[in-house]
Amino acid sequence: MGAPTAFNNPYEGNAYAISQGQRLFEQYNCSGCHFHGGGGIGPPLMDSEWIYGNSPAQVYASITEGRPNGMPSFGGHIPAEQVWQLVSYVRSLSGLEPPATVSPRADEMQARRAEEPK
Amino acid sequence: MNGRAHSLLPRRAGEKVPQADEGAPPHPALRATLSPQAGRGLLVVGGIQSALNPAGVQAASIHSLWHVFLWVSVAVYVITVAFFFLALIKAHRRTAPLDDPGTERRMTIAVSTGAVITAVTLISLLVADVATGHTIGTLGRNGAKKIEIEVTGHQWWWEVTYPNAESDKIIKTANEIHIPTGQPILFRVTTRDVIHSLWMPNLHGKRDLIPGRVNKFWIEADRAGVFRGQCAEYCGMQHANMALVVVAESPSDFSRWQEHQRTPAPDPQTPEQKRGQQAFLSLPCVNCHAVTGTDAYATLGPDLTHIATRTTLAAGELINNKGNLSGWISNAPSIKPGVQMPANVMDAQQVNDVVAYLESLR
Repeated sequence: MGAPTAFNNPYEGNAYAISQGQRLFEQYNCSGCHFHGGGGIGPPLMDSEWIYGNSPAQVYASITEGRPNGMPSFGGHIPAEQVWQLVSYVRSLSGLEPPATVSPRADEMQARRAEEPK
Repeated sequence: MNGRAHSLLPRRAGEKVPQADEGAPPHPALRATLSPQAGRGLLVVGGIQSALNPAGVQAASIHSLWHVFLWVSVAVYVITVAFFFLALIKAHRRTAPLDDPGTERRMTIAVSTGAVITAVTLISLLVADVATGHTIGTLGRNGAKKIEIEVTGHQWWWEVTYPNAESDKIIKTANEIHIPTGQPILFRVTTRDVIHSLWMPNLHGKRDLIPGRVNKFWIEADRAGVFRGQCAEYCGMQHANMALVVVAESPSDFSRWQEHQRTPAPDPQTPEQKRGQQAFLSLPCVNCHAVTGTDAYATLGPDLTHIATRTTLAAGELINNKGNLSGWISNAPSIKPGVQMPANVMDAQQVNDVVAYLESLR
């Protein structure tokens, strides 16, 4: 992939940004295709397989420019700051962000209580 | 700090007061909020955010109860202090030994009397408290239930909905509640995120907004007026700036407001407004906001259909005028750090156009 990898996510490992990304992931309906990261209409995000690369810049490009087979382009529709927050969250789903910065609490409905360990 | 709406509190001399536009539906009360006099007594008796200036049945009951508690406590304090000094003085003059049977009997009587008086006082206060709670809780229970208002708390603003069986008559607004005077109104309150608490001290006590639960309460305003409400449960960074305006108005004024709010947003007229609408619909604005009658129908942020009729922006923090609106849409986090509304990249022309469009949404 020719996507630039030289620039970094300003929110890398930032717990607040990851939780904002988690909120936006639901609110902007990323879940509509990717479900809660498990995939469905769109590919899963919590596994280690990345069709278009897992670097922050590559994930940023996937969101803003879109990808073939259904991923729309959100560039210009979502402010850059929020895209980076989403990048952090998406990467955290497969363990690419420091675990200590990831919220243990999911926003969607759970079979277990939020306080219980996974 | 100019133009911050909690400078609803005394305003600097010579500071320009934004005028409600001539085209706006007539709300003398709204204009009153923005008048230099409004809220001058906010922090003292008689203010627009004061439990000591009740404007409704519930607030009046709470106010009476408050007076009972205050004066009983004052009396208890004075009597206690008086006996304390009496004891100090008498101790100097004491001649009889403490273990004298007479002294012991007198003291037993004195302490028992004190205990009985204390118990009776506390029980009376409890009874008064429960009676007030009952009065507040049962108001409107038998009345014809006409008006319901749903308030949903968000970090950090209030979503206000007037439900209706006919979907085109539902009103959605934000940070501003209009109520008619002289009739009980049912509030259903809940929250989309953390716990908040709705407190409109001139009308009622606090009521918590709990996630996943709908709390209900009745209010009734006895007189027209503009009041200020405030979140009363710490809910994060901008908790202190999570306020709302309550406009109590005559039933005819209220139905005029209601009819107007039910209309879709007016179409843009001037070229500026038209460009503004185009920009609004193509910028990230539509991710979160709704304007009835356009393609913007998101529900994450406040509904903007009639934003120009509202007196404040940013949950009661800013006066709704052109300057504040421009600042807010360009870089809201610089005004209200932590706010969910992101900074938007727009050129000056776009800011101008979008503001012109928003200001046309009467």
